[in-house]
Amino acid sequence: MSETVIKCESVYKIFGQNAKKMLEEANGNVDAKTFQEKGCIVGVNNASFEVAKGEMLVVMGLSGSGKSTLLRCISRLTDATGGKIFIEGQDLLELNNKELIELRRSKMGMVFQSFALLPHKTVVENIAFPLQIKGTNTEDSINRAMEMVKLVGLDGRENYFPRELSGGQQQRVGIARSLAVEPDIWFLDEPFSALDPLIRKEMQDEFLRLQEKLQKTIMFITHDFDEALKLADRIAIMKDGIIEQLDTPANIVLNPATEYVRKFTEEVPREKVLIIEDVMDALSKDNLGDLKVSKDEIIENVAEKILTQEKLVGVVDSNNNIVGSIKPSKIIDTVFGGRKNGS
Amino acid sequence: MQYLKKYPKLFQWLFLLIVFFALCFAIEVPETYKFIRGQAEFVKDPNQSVYFFLGKEVRYYAFDVFWRLPPLLGWLPIWINDSLFFLMNEWMPMEFWNEDTQEFKTRPLLLQISRNLTAFMTFLIELIREILLGGLETIVAFTSWDFIDAYPWLELPGLPWTIVAAGAAILSYKLSGKGLALFAGLTMIYISIFGQWKPSMQTLSFILVAAPLSFIFGLGLGIAAYKSKRVEKALYPILLVMQTMPQYAVLVPALVLFGVGDHAAVIITMVVAVPPMILLTILGLRAIPPEVIEAGRMSGCTNWQLMLKVLIPTARRDILIGVNQVIMVCFSMAVISAFIGAKGLGFNLLLALNQLNIGLALEAGLCISLIAILLDKMSLAWANKQTDYFGNLTFFQRNKNTIFFAASVLIGIVLAYIGTFIFKGSFNYLFEVPHNKGISTADFWNKGVDWIFDTFFVYIKAFNTWLIVDVLQPMRALYLRMPAVATLVLAVGAGYLIGGIRSALVVAALTLFIALSPWWDRALVTLYMATFGVIVSCLIGFTVGTLCFQNKKSAAFMLGVCDIFQTFPSFVYLIPVMMLFGITDTSVLIAVIVYATIPATRYTIEGLRSVPVGLHEAATMSGVNKFQRLTKIEFPLAFPHMMLGLNQTIVFALFMVIIGAFIGTEDLGQYILKALSDKNGAGIGLTLGICVAFIGLIFDNLIRTWVGKRKKHLGID
Repeated sequence: MSETVIKCESVYKIFGQNAKKMLEEANGNVDAKTFQEKGCIVGVNNASFEVAKGEMLVVMGLSGSGKSTLLRCISRLTDATGGKIFIEGQDLLELNNKELIELRRSKMGMVFQSFALLPHKTVVENIAFPLQIKGTNTEDSINRAMEMVKLVGLDGRENYFPRELSGGQQQRVGIARSLAVEPDIWFLDEPFSALDPLIRKEMQDEFLRLQEKLQKTIMFITHDFDEALKLADRIAIMKDGIIEQLDTPANIVLNPATEYVRKFTEEVPREKVLIIEDVMDALSKDNLGDLKVSKDEIIENVAEKILTQEKLVGVVDSNNNIVGSIKPSKIIDTVFGGRKNGS
Repeated sequence: MQYLKKYPKLFQWLFLLIVFFALCFAIEVPETYKFIRGQAEFVKDPNQSVYFFLGKEVRYYAFDVFWRLPPLLGWLPIWINDSLFFLMNEWMPMEFWNEDTQEFKTRPLLLQISRNLTAFMTFLIELIREILLGGLETIVAFTSWDFIDAYPWLELPGLPWTIVAAGAAILSYKLSGKGLALFAGLTMIYISIFGQWKPSMQTLSFILVAAPLSFIFGLGLGIAAYKSKRVEKALYPILLVMQTMPQYAVLVPALVLFGVGDHAAVIITMVVAVPPMILLTILGLRAIPPEVIEAGRMSGCTNWQLMLKVLIPTARRDILIGVNQVIMVCFSMAVISAFIGAKGLGFNLLLALNQLNIGLALEAGLCISLIAILLDKMSLAWANKQTDYFGNLTFFQRNKNTIFFAASVLIGIVLAYIGTFIFKGSFNYLFEVPHNKGISTADFWNKGVDWIFDTFFVYIKAFNTWLIVDVLQPMRALYLRMPAVATLVLAVGAGYLIGGIRSALVVAALTLFIALSPWWDRALVTLYMATFGVIVSCLIGFTVGTLCFQNKKSAAFMLGVCDIFQTFPSFVYLIPVMMLFGITDTSVLIAVIVYATIPATRYTIEGLRSVPVGLHEAATMSGVNKFQRLTKIEFPLAFPHMMLGLNQTIVFALFMVIIGAFIGTEDLGQYILKALSDKNGAGIGLTLGICVAFIGLIFDNLIRTWVGKRKKHLGID
């Protein structure tokens, strides 16, 4: 695994008076109910995970699950009550105000659900804002901002005010602003939730295109499971402040860790999520047909081809070496088998 | 019994009323009781009782405690006076360098601070005044009288009125457009032609100093309160009292601290104008979406950058509405502070009213109202103006307003110069139309008033007599007939039924303060006038509001009318009523009714408007007719907001009742007015002001608590 950028060690966030003291007394055994009786609300409960460089971790949960709070702990918009957070090895909670500002100015970018644009600045001024705050001179910052305007496809609208743009366009500005300082770490807090479904899909594709190009380390918050599956390298599913499961999309769909996670996976069209590698069997030379499919193909794309075969289908890696095989019936099992009502 | 269970609240209220009336009937009026007129309280009378507190002698007429509580707080005004006197004249004497006599002089610290502040304010006012009108004080302030004698040409010439008019029009055009520009130009021309230029500019210079200073302090304190809970907690009670405190009342302490004149008026105007600015600043900053603040933080803003580049610009609109409020308060104070020697239109207005020269008063009043409307519209236009992008405009397009202004300055100067040739030997009308040399319509108005009086005297008199004898006097007698204990029980009971123990305690404390002050009787008279005004105002306001609401256009029109009426400085309302009813209680009450109807109407329309469209549609689909929709859906939902209107109506009515003292009433206001000319008036004025403020706060507390509960119950807001 490549180098770790974000590292959380049993992070807690508890709201209310005496939260810190209560957390110490609980001795690592935090129960939301007992805390609530004492007037405290548990936002994040014992979160530990790492995010590697260039990886996209999607945190998924319903409202009130603590996902946004977790993100705000890691960006230190709010101070975690307990635990340790490391950003590129630096202990985040130990930073003083000046160092924190420096870290944000150089390493972090964040996109917000409600766009959070400054109403009194134009598109290009909004994008240049973090640069100007940093002290970049006007000309350089505007030039750089214009590059970002082009990157998110808003050329020609750089002198518009946020109020003159549609939601999707406003979020493009938000994205451009968060990328203006070329941060290594990119936080996105439900960036597409306020958009209507068609625009959302368009923005997700656009986002994937950008990420392909930029390869940032990303924490992406969403309440939409489909969105998580579509974008994530790994997904963390949160409930009541606890991370229920943290794994790749395929593993979550195939092996939900808890009942709660299972409910989300039930309705997921597996053929669209899983790739051949996830369902292939070990290599068996017997009865191997002529058809070969790549292990990275999404099942949906090759299902028809495989289902017409009678023999085993070979699975090849990128160097065209056979690494496994798959029975046509396995496809049917995968698509229909796992579901409650389907079987 | 089953009714009792069904409507427990109703029976609780009934029970409260029964107790109240039982107390009223049970407690006899003491034989010695009579309403004390004039300054009798301060005259030594063998029938008076005496007690000493903190070494002060407090004299009062003792009654049965159930009838009237003894004035246990009677020492408070005296004590305030002594404290002020001590602070000003004896506390912390220090050596200060005196510029004039070239030697050190011992002076109390506070007096020195007050004098320095005063000098600073005077300088600012003179500076602006001389830019507008010309003069030499500013130059003298930097040099000396000898210097100005040697170089007489250094005297500031003042701006010709043409330039000010053009400037106002150009600024209005920039902020809003042609309509306002035309209005601005016409207003200025009107002021000039009617010879009100000098007092108008005096008033304007007063406002140009008071408004920016109030803005700066209000913004600063608002930000401080936003940042720190502690500051907010400390400010909150002051803000609350200041909102209901009659502006009159603060004049008196200012008189003691800062003396007489424009400078004292500016300082006291700031005291009155800063609270709304603070409130709107806090409101604006609180309304910023948290994500915007987070976006600022994530952009790496330091605290200062966050405040200056993110928070304040985002809250811009509310802050500018605050500026608008500040300007309106300044106008109101520009008139009222004429009592402590502020020059300008207010002074002329007061003088004219005193001489019963209605025509002159009308002209001055019209001028001040016109300028008030103009500045109100300009500041609102500024608040609502969206920033434009100027990046790709030519130099001329970008600077055309500046260029036009520069051109008009040149033309104005040339015109004024030409004027010196045209009007040789007389006044240069192209430079400035002197006071009393313009066109005056005063005679016309005075004759009109005389005619109205002559023609309708019989009817007006009959109406007047009927109102006073058959309505007002019985009502007044009823109010004065209330034993103090009964009133207390009623107020505290209402507090308990509406807001529980907490409200009951607050109301009890506020009522007790008034009851224990020496002015309970006066407070009752104030209350009776306010009640009468509020009842009539609400009847009119609710009816007019409901009728206007039936049609979108008429609703918008009525709100516009309310806006304009609200812009008039409160004193102006006295002019027309004095025209018609002379110096009687009727005049005051009619002014109260006109003034207090504004919020009643406005809140009715706004309340009815705020009923969600979805509900309207749902109602229509259930097949209700217009009347059913009004009674079953719109009224119940709009009622909480209309009650807030009632709250405002009460505050407005109280304000006007107090101002009505100028005409001569027997309430608290009369004493405040008296305190102005009393050398020991500061304590009395302040305590009286607090009494009036507390009357307002009692109703404020009850209504707000009720509205809060009701809104929660209805699930709106």
